[in-house]
Amino acid sequence: MNLDSKIPAGALGDKWTDYKATMPLVAPNNKRRLDVIVIGTGLAGASAAATMGELGYNVKAFTFHDSPRRAHSIAAQGGINAAKNYQNDGDSVYRLFYDTIKGGDYRSREANVHRLAEVSADIIDQCVAQGVPFAREYGGLLENRSFGGVQVSRTFYARGQTGQQLLIGAYSALSRQISTGKVTMYNRHEMMDLVMVDGKARGIIARNLLTGELERHSAHCVVLATGGYGNVFYLSTNAMGSNVTAAWRAVKKGALMANPCFTQIHPTCIPVSGDYQSKLTLMSESLRNDGRVWVPKKKEDAVAIREGKKTALDIAEGDRDYYLERRYPAFGNLVPRDVASRAAKVACDQGNGVAPTGLAVFLDFASAIQRYGKSAAHSQGLDESDQALIKKLGEQVVEEKYGNLFEMYEKISGENPYKFPMKIYPAVHYTMGGLWVDYNLQTNVEGLFALGECNFSDHGANRLGASALMQGLADGYFVIPYTIGTFLSKEIRTPEIANDSPEFIKAEKETADRINRLANSNGSQSVESFHRRLGKIMWEYCGMSRNADGLTKGRKMVRELRDEFYKDVFVPGDADEYNPELEKALRVADFMEHGELMILDALDRAESCGGHFREEYVTEDGEAKRNDADFTYVSAWEWDDNDPKLHKEELVFDNVELKTRSYK
Amino acid sequence: MKLTLKVWRQKNSKAKGELESYQVEASEHMSFLEMMDVLNEQLIVEKKSPIAFDHDCREGICGSCSMTINGSPHGPQSGTTTCQLHMRKFKDGDTIVVEPWRSSVFPVIKDLTVDRGAFDRIIQSGGYISVNTGQAPDGNAIPIEKDLASNAFDAAACIGCGACVAACPNGSAMLFTAAKVSHLNQLPQGKVEQTRRTASMVAQMDKEGFGMCSNVGACEAECPKEISIEHIARMNREYVASIFGGRKS
Repeated sequence: MNLDSKIPAGALGDKWTDYKATMPLVAPNNKRRLDVIVIGTGLAGASAAATMGELGYNVKAFTFHDSPRRAHSIAAQGGINAAKNYQNDGDSVYRLFYDTIKGGDYRSREANVHRLAEVSADIIDQCVAQGVPFAREYGGLLENRSFGGVQVSRTFYARGQTGQQLLIGAYSALSRQISTGKVTMYNRHEMMDLVMVDGKARGIIARNLLTGELERHSAHCVVLATGGYGNVFYLSTNAMGSNVTAAWRAVKKGALMANPCFTQIHPTCIPVSGDYQSKLTLMSESLRNDGRVWVPKKKEDAVAIREGKKTALDIAEGDRDYYLERRYPAFGNLVPRDVASRAAKVACDQGNGVAPTGLAVFLDFASAIQRYGKSAAHSQGLDESDQALIKKLGEQVVEEKYGNLFEMYEKISGENPYKFPMKIYPAVHYTMGGLWVDYNLQTNVEGLFALGECNFSDHGANRLGASALMQGLADGYFVIPYTIGTFLSKEIRTPEIANDSPEFIKAEKETADRINRLANSNGSQSVESFHRRLGKIMWEYCGMSRNADGLTKGRKMVRELRDEFYKDVFVPGDADEYNPELEKALRVADFMEHGELMILDALDRAESCGGHFREEYVTEDGEAKRNDADFTYVSAWEWDDNDPKLHKEELVFDNVELKTRSYK
Repeated sequence: MKLTLKVWRQKNSKAKGELESYQVEASEHMSFLEMMDVLNEQLIVEKKSPIAFDHDCREGICGSCSMTINGSPHGPQSGTTTCQLHMRKFKDGDTIVVEPWRSSVFPVIKDLTVDRGAFDRIIQSGGYISVNTGQAPDGNAIPIEKDLASNAFDAAACIGCGACVAACPNGSAMLFTAAKVSHLNQLPQGKVEQTRRTASMVAQMDKEGFGMCSNVGACEAECPKEISIEHIARMNREYVASIFGGRKS
C-alpha cells in the first residue's frame, strides 16, 4: 500500500497558504447538493459540523450523548495554546511548531504541525468572537499562562474549565446551524458501521440508542471526530462513554490505524483508591506552574506517611526530594508529561511513594502560597513578616487561580489541599495514535476523514499540554472546511447517495448480527468485569513502561480474554430497547481488538520515544533512548484478525534537526 | 457501610414506574455513581435488569447526571453534581431515595434517565453569537474588563444538567435560560443581538412548557455550579426592554 501523505511542495511556512490558494473549490450552488456526515460533537466534530453548515453543505451530525454539549472535550481543564505572542516573550508560529515537534519526540509530520501552529492564532480570535470568557488582565486584554515542555506563556484559559467554555462555543455555533436547518442533529445515535460504496465511504449504520433501531444514513463523505481510545485501559481520565468503536469500525473497513501504542499518561491525577473505582480524575497541568512535586528522601519517612504515622508537614525541607527540579533544572516542574510521569513512577518504584498503595507523589503549593502572599502583602503595604497574613493572602491568590481544582480534589480525596500537599499519580489521559490521515485529514479510505484526537497526525509520541483543544478546533474550524473540498470537488456530479443499495442492506444485516450475538449471549460475567480485566492487562503490559516479554504475554492474555468474553459475557435486556449494557458490550468488544493492535505496535517499535517507553531502550541516566535510524516512521496498521499488517510512512524532517530531547 | 436504596424503576416512557428497594454494601470513599455501579453489578450477577442512569465524565462538568437524591437534585452536598458526591456524606444504615429529575418537560426514558432535549432547543433559539468561522477580529481588539469577563464566566459555567428545573416547584427553566442570556448579553460581542436573543429564548422556554418563575430561589440553592439568580433578574430587565423597545441595559 502506498501511503501518500500528500504534503504540498514549497517552503514549510508557505505550504498551507499556497495550498489554500490553489486547492479545488466547491461552488455554493454545488455545496447545497452535497451531504456530509459528521460523527462526534466534541471540539473537532462540533466545530467542523458548524463550519461546514455555514459554508452551505448539508450536514448530518451524530452523537451518542443526549446532547452535543456533553462530549468529553468539555472536561479539558487547563487551556489552549496559540502562537499569539501577546506576552512579548519570544513566541512565534515557528516556536510553537518546534516545541510541538520536539515535545512529540520527532514522531509527527512537520507540515501538519506547522499548519496547526499557523491556525492557532485564528482559533483564539474565533472563540473570543463567540463569547468564550477567557481570563483577562486588568487592562482588559487576554491573559496567558505556561504549560509543560515550553518556555513561553502561550496558553489561553478560562479558569480551570477551558474545555467546557470552548465546547460551549462550538456547541452554540452548531446550535445556530441546527436552527437554520443546515445541520441535522442526531442525539443518542451511535455509529455502528461504516458503509462503503465503490471503494468510497458513503454512509453509516447508526443505532438509535433509545429504540435500538438500526438506521441507514448516506452522504457523499463521512467525517469521524470521535476522540481517543484511552478507555481501553478501563481506568483513565476519559469519560465513561469514550470509546474506539467508530474508528475501529473504519479500521475493519480498511482504514489504517496509526501509532496505536502512543498513549499519553498524564502525571497529575488523583491516585487510585479502591477496586470499585470507575475512573480517574485529572488535576490540571496548570497546577505545575505553581505546585512543586516531591517525595521524601528517606524511605522510612515514605513508609511512615503510607502508614499514616506522619504527614507531609512532618518532613523537613532538607528531607524532601524535589526530583523534577533536581533532575531537570532547565524546565523543573514543567517538564513534558511523559517525562514527569516516568519520573513519578521511578520515585514510587524506588519505594518513596506516599499514598497507602505506595503509588503517589506530593504536589505542594506551600512555596507558591508564600510567594504570592508576600507579593500581595507588599503591594498592599501590609506587614510582610506576619506569617499568618502571608498565608491567608497567598491562599487567596491560589484560590483565585485554581479554586475549582482544589475544591474538586477535596471532594474526591476528602483532604484539604490548602493544608496538606495534594497526592497525585500518573493516569492514562490521551491517545496520540489514531486513524492514519494525509495532509487533507483524509484516511486511506477515500471519502473518510478523521479529525481531532481520533487521528494521529500532530502530536507524535507525546502531546504537549493545552494542545489537544488547539488541534481539535484547528481541524474542525480551519482545516477540514478547506481540505474536504479536495474530495468533494470531484463529487459535484454525484447525485444523492441512495441508502437502499445492496451495500447498505448488507452492512445493516452484518451490524444486526453482531448486535444480536452479544445481546443474546447468556453467560455469567458482566461487561464491566471484562472491561476491568482488559484494562489491567493493558496497564500492566502496555502502560507506562513496556518490554518485549510482557508485550508478548499481554497479547496472548488479551486474545484469551476476548475468547472468554464471547463465551461468557452476560448482557441483560434486549437489542430493540434502550440498553446501556449492550452499548457497553459492543464497545468493549472493539476495545479487545484494538488493545491487541496497541500491543503489537508497542512490540514493533523497539525504541523508547515520548510516551512509549521500552525498558530495553534506556540511556545510562534512565532517559528514553530513541532510535532514529530505524524508527523514524509512522506505523500504520491494516487489521487482520490473525496477522495485522504493518505499513510504514517514513517521516522526513527538512526543517528540524533530530536531537536527543533534553529538558535538563 | 450498609445502605438501603429506594430507586425509581420505570421500564420506558409509557410504563408506570415505582420505587424498588435494594441493599448495598458501599465504602465511604466511593462516589455516589460508583455505589450505583456496585448495585448494578449485583443486579447483573443476579440476571436482573440494571438501573439505567445518564452519566459520562464523572468529574462534574458534562452535566449528564440527573438523579434526585433524598428529594434534592444531585443530593445533599451543595455545589456538587451526583458524580462528585461521595458516600462519606452518608451514614451506615441510611436509607436513600433515588428518583429521576421531577419535571414533565423532562420525560423519563427509563429508570433515572430523562429527556432534556428542551434545553438544546432553547439554545438553538438564540443562545449563540452569530459569527461565522473566519469572521473574527483579533482576540485583543475588544478589551473586556476583568470583572465583567468573570461575571460572564459565572453564568457560562452552567453545565445544562437541569437541576434548576428539577428543584423548582413550578418546574421553571428560568435559571438555565437566564444563565445563557446573561453570559452572552453582558459581553460586548453579544450585545449586538441581545434584544432578539432574549425575546427568542424566553419564547422558546415558554413553548417547551416550563413553568413560571415565582422567585422561590430553589434553583440557585440546588445548582451544582452555584449560578446566581441575579442572572434571572438581568434577563427579566432585558426581556422587558425587548418588549417595550426601551433602553438596553
